[in-house]
Amino acid sequence: MAKKIILPLTDEASKDIKAGDDVLLTGIIYVARDAAHKRMIEALDQGKPLPFDIKGQTIYFMGPSPARPGQVIGSAGPTTSGRMDSYSPRLIVEGLKGMIGKGMRSVAVKEAMKQYKAVYFGAIGGTGALISKRIKKSEVIAYEELGTEAVRRLEVEDFPVTVINDIYGGDLYEEGKAKYRIG
Amino acid sequence: MLNAIKRARETEESSIGREVLDRILENADISAREKIPLCQDTGTAVVFLELGQDACIVGGDLGSAINEGVRQGYTEGYLRKSMVSQPCTARINTKDNTPAIIYTDIVPGDKLKIIALPKGGGAENMARLAMLSPAQGRQGVTDFVVNTVDRAGSNPCPPVIVGVGIGGTAEKTFMLAKRALLRKVGEPNPEAEVAELEREILKRVNNLGIGPMGYGGRATALAVHIEVFPTHTTSLPVAVNLQCWCARHKEATI
Repeated sequence: MAKKIILPLTDEASKDIKAGDDVLLTGIIYVARDAAHKRMIEALDQGKPLPFDIKGQTIYFMGPSPARPGQVIGSAGPTTSGRMDSYSPRLIVEGLKGMIGKGMRSVAVKEAMKQYKAVYFGAIGGTGALISKRIKKSEVIAYEELGTEAVRRLEVEDFPVTVINDIYGGDLYEEGKAKYRIG
Repeated sequence: MLNAIKRARETEESSIGREVLDRILENADISAREKIPLCQDTGTAVVFLELGQDACIVGGDLGSAINEGVRQGYTEGYLRKSMVSQPCTARINTKDNTPAIIYTDIVPGDKLKIIALPKGGGAENMARLAMLSPAQGRQGVTDFVVNTVDRAGSNPCPPVIVGVGIGGTAEKTFMLAKRALLRKVGEPNPEAEVAELEREILKRVNNLGIGPMGYGGRATALAVHIEVFPTHTTSLPVAVNLQCWCARHKEATI
């Protein structure tokens, strides 16, 4: 049975979830990929504000396909998170509490998550049609010129994810593989 | 493809793995019903042309026509435009998903066969090439392929199709690996010896434990497709090109 979490992700809610748990997220998430991350880090380096207040927030690594008329958003599944590994620890220090993507994270990201109590959620790659139905509102809030890579603010309802890395150092990819590995 | 996923769902030991496969099937329903792409990454447009040597292309440039098709398809079909120019510097989106990657073979006959393979980035990024020593032989090839899938883990969106090229030269073996992805899922290589190697590697890959989406389980790969070609006496090239479960390709003959 999936646990329901209302965003923003609180430390209390994070304490309650472990690697492998199914979770349904409801509330606001922000969307950013490689190009937007690069710009956000540049903004921090220059002492400029980020396009949104990152404290306590959750970022979804995603670049949607175009919406057809009448659709909130096009296909909206996760992209490979590893490409954000060089940027994520800095954002975690700035207060980022949740990340949604797919694929393994680096040791540095996992250490930062443990130290600052942040959680990494996995969404199922390739299920962009299903996920799009859980997005109720989508708005580009920064870097519009990046097109599909612009920063978006999404309102989501029962957005389906699985906890990959919890605040205790648990890692579903390692634990799952170890459990089913033969030889 | 969906039938292969349904078969994997029946034999998957892990409950979380079965759940992932159920969601993949549910996503396919929604995608078909509401005309939303299965995956937002609608890929690099890889196009294989098999041009009959007796066919004559008139009225313009074939390459431009393919690119115009890609432009129209990606724009009018609400597909994501993912191509960027100046790859290691500015990375500027070309806004219409061109240029396509076009490969042309001249074949007997007077027809033109066009095969479109939109290739997602997540799986493509896990591709690997090894120029093995002939002494490493069958075992070396097997170990390299299994290790490639193992280190890719969740990134290429398992369950994957493992495309393998063996032989030729460095670029030829990669072409074989990519071509192998066009085969119907799970259809064995017609050569018994190669088909045996496919079965053996598939077994080892599905013992890795990675499972659907890397959450742990049996279904790490739906199939291993191997294509072989003679090679130089000093060489044993092997290439791996992975395809996520969201395998889409279409062909037309004119």
